[in-house]
Amino acid sequence: MKNTRTLELLVGLFVAAGLAALFMLAMSVSNLASYGGDDGYVIKARFDNIGGLKVRSPVAASGVRIGRVTDIQYDLEGFEALVSMSIDPQYNVFPIDSSASILTSGLLGEQYIGIEPGAEEEFLVEGSEIDITQSALVLEQIIGQFLYSKADE
Amino acid sequence: MVNHLLDRIQGLGRSTMNSAARLGRANVFLMSVFAGLSGMLVRPGLLIKQLFSVGVQTLIIILVAGLFVGMVMALQAYYALVDFGAEDSVSVMVVLSLLRELGPVITALLFAGRAGSALTAEIGLMKATEQLSGMEMMAVNPIERVVAPRFLAGIVSMPMLAAIFSAVGVLGGYLVAVELLGLDSGAFWSQAQAKVELYEDLGNGMIKSLVFGFVVAWIAVFEGYDCIPTSEGLGQATTRTVVYSSLAILALDFVLTALMFGK
Repeated sequence: MKNTRTLELLVGLFVAAGLAALFMLAMSVSNLASYGGDDGYVIKARFDNIGGLKVRSPVAASGVRIGRVTDIQYDLEGFEALVSMSIDPQYNVFPIDSSASILTSGLLGEQYIGIEPGAEEEFLVEGSEIDITQSALVLEQIIGQFLYSKADE
Repeated sequence: MVNHLLDRIQGLGRSTMNSAARLGRANVFLMSVFAGLSGMLVRPGLLIKQLFSVGVQTLIIILVAGLFVGMVMALQAYYALVDFGAEDSVSVMVVLSLLRELGPVITALLFAGRAGSALTAEIGLMKATEQLSGMEMMAVNPIERVVAPRFLAGIVSMPMLAAIFSAVGVLGGYLVAVELLGLDSGAFWSQAQAKVELYEDLGNGMIKSLVFGFVVAWIAVFEGYDCIPTSEGLGQATTRTVVYSSLAILALDFVLTALMFGK
């Protein structure tokens, strides 16, 4: 049997290695680094059709991720989807007439909300609603429209 | 003829009652192990010794297995994804399967084979050579002195080993994907970071490994403590530890996966 010092040293190294592995997994492969987004401000937008948008989908402006979708509900008053998104606090100068559209990253990629800045002097704040929105493109509808326009010719 | 049939039915009843009694003994035994855990506060040295033989000595097999599993995963994922031009997602596939499934499950299976069987054999031999009765004779509680440290060491070691397995597996996947197949190393990490959730994936994987550690340690120490104290009984108990642990791990993995990710 090894003496106590070596034994405790090896066990200490083992536990340290376990914790280091956990730390490495948390930092380098999980989304811990991009957390800290819970203190952002929440804005809302209404869409006719959100396609495959999900809670935690990214919100991006010019392709840069600025926040995440936090909640998706169906609004019975306007018969629309009501999407809440949390925007990181450093991006707090989006004009109030900015527009939001649901886009797809790549051909088969996930869907995200793209924000296009407007020109007003006022800024979006906590609870603001984006008025100008564009729904997700649904392939069947596009094909349907295409067929109708062909039939008219 | 009727007698023969009655014998069969009696045999069935006896084996059912034996299994029920064994299950009951296992539960009573677990309770007494819990009660014995408090002894660890007085003698932390016992726990450290067991952490060495249960945890540190299992490390080598975990490191090697994790490295190769990660490397193979990356190769296979690349093969499947390159047709769709989605080979940058190799890291997502490798990391998610390691964290959610392969890390906890393969670690637990190896752990049952490497450490669980050793625990059973050790305790069983102590029983066969009447060391356990000897301790009782000297008013030393063998559960507190022998069983509880091994049990606790199993529970503590498993999550550590699973984390190390996953981390080494990710590194193995990185080696194959970036160094061998020539994928971009930035895309490798950023794709994984975009898709892997800290609590959902890493956290649930750790919960899984903790549950597996508990079950394997419980089965191992119980089989040792409950074995028939002969060389044959000891052999059977060791085999049972590995078989029951493996089955329990795979069945529990399904249940846990359904509970955690089956929404």
